[in-house]
Formats: sequence, structure tokens, C-alpha cells
Amino acid sequence: MTNSTIVVMGDRAEYAPPAPERPNLRLGQLSLIAVTLFTFAFLYVPIIVLILFSFNSARTGAVWQGFTLSWYQRLLGNEALLTAAGRSLIIGIVSTAGSVVIGTLTALAMEREHFRAKAVWDGLLYMPVIIPEIVSGVSLLLFFAAGGIERGLLTLVVSHIAFSMPFVYLTVRARLADFDRSIEEAAQDLGADEAKTFWLITLPLLMPGIVSGALLAFTLSIDDFIISFFVTGKGWNTLPIYIWSQLKQGVTPEINAISAVLLLFSVSVIALSLLLQRRRN
Amino acid sequence: MMNAIRERKRLQIFGLMFPGAFWLVVFFALPLLVIFVISFMARDELGSPVPPFSLDNYQQAFDSLYLNLFLFSLWISLLTTVVTLLISFPVALYIARSPKRWRNILIFLVMIPFWTNFLVRTYALQFLMRANGPINTLLQGLGVIQEPISMLSTPVAVLIGLVYGELPFMILPLYASLEKFDWAMFEAAQDLGADMRRAFLRVMLPMTMPGVLAGSILVFVPSVGSYITVELMGGGKINMIGRVIASQFGVASNWPFGSAISLLLMVVVTIAALVYFRVGRGERMAL
Repeated sequence: MTNSTIVVMGDRAEYAPPAPERPNLRLGQLSLIAVTLFTFAFLYVPIIVLILFSFNSARTGAVWQGFTLSWYQRLLGNEALLTAAGRSLIIGIVSTAGSVVIGTLTALAMEREHFRAKAVWDGLLYMPVIIPEIVSGVSLLLFFAAGGIERGLLTLVVSHIAFSMPFVYLTVRARLADFDRSIEEAAQDLGADEAKTFWLITLPLLMPGIVSGALLAFTLSIDDFIISFFVTGKGWNTLPIYIWSQLKQGVTPEINAISAVLLLFSVSVIALSLLLQRRRN
Repeated sequence: MMNAIRERKRLQIFGLMFPGAFWLVVFFALPLLVIFVISFMARDELGSPVPPFSLDNYQQAFDSLYLNLFLFSLWISLLTTVVTLLISFPVALYIARSPKRWRNILIFLVMIPFWTNFLVRTYALQFLMRANGPINTLLQGLGVIQEPISMLSTPVAVLIGLVYGELPFMILPLYASLEKFDWAMFEAAQDLGADMRRAFLRVMLPMTMPGVLAGSILVFVPSVGSYITVELMGGGKINMIGRVIASQFGVASNWPFGSAISLLLMVVVTIAALVYFRVGRGERMAL
């Protein structure tokens, strides 16, 4: 790394007395570009290589033996995979709906109302962000076991709501904090009752926050491995659990193909969320 | 009349808060209480918790074996946080200073890994670094090496995996702070005679501290309890506390001991979070 990077990072020991300003700044800019390029390469090379090798016809190893789509074709005939993907989708949709409703209601109460022990709830709502996933996972497992509740679809859905709801809450609450309440007052001055004001004014204005919260909840649910791993029952594989079990048996080009599909899915979700934001603005 | 309005208001607040409060209490607080109780129990032959209650599990957790694993996990997570911070700060700074159009593209590029399945991403890195993976195949093909280099199953591999996995979670909050940074302040400091380093340390760093702290928490917490990364990059040879917990609920089948370690892990993470927030508040007050 060049000297000026060290300056930027504030290292005392190796700091050189300031050279004439312009060259120094330019050097600083150059090293910023270098670190940025390196970081993006680091982030993307593994992903791109993985996608590339999902088209490789070789069954094992990393020698390129020609282009093929057969791994993708196999995915379509893979019953276990499709079942797992379908389950992940259902759990994702149901838990997102749940956490959007619950998170939004909680945000409305926490941002706008005053009540006793509010600080306690404020702290509790941050817990899921701070508690390590593995601790949530095992504590839910023991909780369900202690209650004699059979693990499966139901336990997966309620657990997914539990870990994604606080993120919806935070997103919606941030939107509410910027909310101009005089618009609601204007609506009520013009004769709208409380319910009408909520449905026609408050909710539409909150929508961008709710939509980003929903997309976040959906992604968290679809991607979750750790918590699902502990709260699922026998034979109740979600997509990440299926991928994990395949990885444990050894790497196949099929896993590369599934990964590539999931990556494409993530890119479309972000693109969708950015598009929605832009339209709203 | 007033009473009726107040009563209605109270009902409304109850209705708004109830579902969220219910979920937090039943699916976060109660399960923690359950593992708290179980952590004092013994186990039967199948690993299920049975009385009597004792401190045995905690005593076992403070055995040198597990204590060292705890310290090792903390050390790796601290390293991960520092390395991620050192890489992310220049990147976030560069993005924040780019022209708007370019900036949106770069942020989009950071968001893709942020939203991508963590398991798949870690697997992609592991695939790349395998003994028969693309890097080794390429180097052998070029004749640079004769035998494949073994890059996995070391503490460094786990560190690289954690940094790789957590980078977006550091860059995004840092960027959010740096984007709001008023460069006139930086120039003012320089006009008043501060050199670059001083202007950075005394003006820029304190003002972007919320982003630094948020990013550090977001990286540190998942790292301490990480399981996927340790398992995939450590190749079964590196052990960290998350993996110990998982094994207590799998092969080792000792739920009470697993509960005790989980609680200790939570205590450590909570302390770290409190320290961060305390430090953060101090910094802002110093302004």
C-alpha cells in the first residue's frame, strides 16, 4: 500500500510529512481506487467463477471440458430440490406477510404512541439483531421440544416471522420518523375520519418503507439456514437446508447451478426494490 | 367523555403492540428462558435434559478446552471486524465521493452480495479455494506449482471466509455515514492548520463513528457465533464456539451443555454490544 493510504487510515507510525497537497491528494485517490478495485474483485470473482463452472460439462474438478446446460436440466427433474424450493417459497411468502403486518403495527405504536415500559420494548426489538443466529436457533428448538410441539411448517413459519419482523419494524419506523403529520391533520380537517386517513393517507405514504421491509423479510426467510436447520422437523427440508445436505455429501456441478439460480433471484429482488423506490420518488 | 376517549386510546395502543409484543415474548424471551433453565440440568443417555440442577455445565464450559475455543472465536471475530473495517473504509469513502451515476452503480454492486444467500456465497469462495478448485487448477495448468496448494482448513481460511461474508455489512453502514459527511468541515479543519491525518482523526472519524459502530456490530456478532463459515472454510479441522454449540445438538447430543455455552455466547455478545454503544455515545458527546 502506498504512503497516502496509510495517511487516510490514520496510522501514526508511518506517516510522512505532508508533501505538496495536490500530488498527495491524487495519490490518495489512486490508492482509494486500488483498494476499491481489489474489494470488488474479492467480492465478485468467487461468484462469477461459480456461475461459469455451472456451465462446465466436467463432473468433478475444475478443468474446463466444454459448455453444457445439462446441470440446469437436471435441476428441473430433481424432485427433492423442487419440493424444498417450493417449501422455501411458501414459508417466505407466509412469514413475510406476517412480519409485514406485525412489524408495521409495532412501528406505528412505538413511533407515535406513549405508553408504559416503552423503553423495554425498544430494547427487546433490537434483541433479534444482536442475538447470534445459532443461539436463537437452539433456544427455539428447545422451546418447541419442551412444549411438545411437532417441528415442521408451523414452527418454521413462526420462527421466520420472529427473526424478520424486527427488520420490517426498523425499516417502517425509519419511514415514520420522517413522516410529515400535517398531511394527516389536513385530511382530518377536510372531513376524513381516523380510519379513512389511515387507509388513504398514512398507509400509501408508508408504502416504500413497507415494501423495502417486505423484500428484506422475504430475502431473510428464503436465505435462512441456521435457524431453519434447528426448528425444522424430519423430512422438512427448505432450499438452504437441501443445499447444505448436498454440500456435506460432496460438491457437484448441480450445486453450482442451484447457486447460480439463487444469485439470479437475488439480483432480480434488488433490481425490483430499486425500481419500486425510484418510481415512488 | 374524557375517560371514554382515554379508554379507546389505550385499546388502540394495545391492539397495535400486542402482536409484536406477543412474538417477542413467546419466540425470543421464553426460548431464552427455557435454555437458561436447561443449562443447569443434567442429561440422560439420549442427551435430553433431566434434573438435578447444578452448575456442572458451566464448570465444564470453563474447562481450558472450551475457554480456549471461546477466546479463539473472540480473537478471530475481532480480527474479522478490524480487517473488514480497514478494507471497507476506503471503499465506502471512494463510493461516497464518486459522481452520482457511478455511485449508484457501485452501491448496487455492494448490495448484490448483501442480499445474496450467505451459504451460497461462502460455498463459492470455498469452491474457488479447494485443492482441486479453479485457483489450483489454473496455477498447475500454468506450471507455477506442481502440487495443489492447500488453502482451506486453516484459521486464515476461516478469517478470509468471514471477511468475505461480512464485507457488505460493513461497507453499507459506513457508506451511509460517509455520504452524509460534510466535506466543508474537512476543508475547514485543514484551513485551520490541521494536516490530513489530524483532519481525518479529529473531524471525519468522529463524525462517521455511528457508521463505524453499526458496521462493527453487524460484523462482530455473526462472526462470534458463525457456523457455516467455520464448517465450510475450516473443513472440520478448525473449531469455533458456534460449531461447538451445533455439535451439542447433533452428534455430541448434550442439550444442557449446549444451552450453557449458548447463554455464555449471548452474554459475551451483549457485553460487546453494550461496550460499543457506550463508546459510541462517548464519542458523540466529545463533539
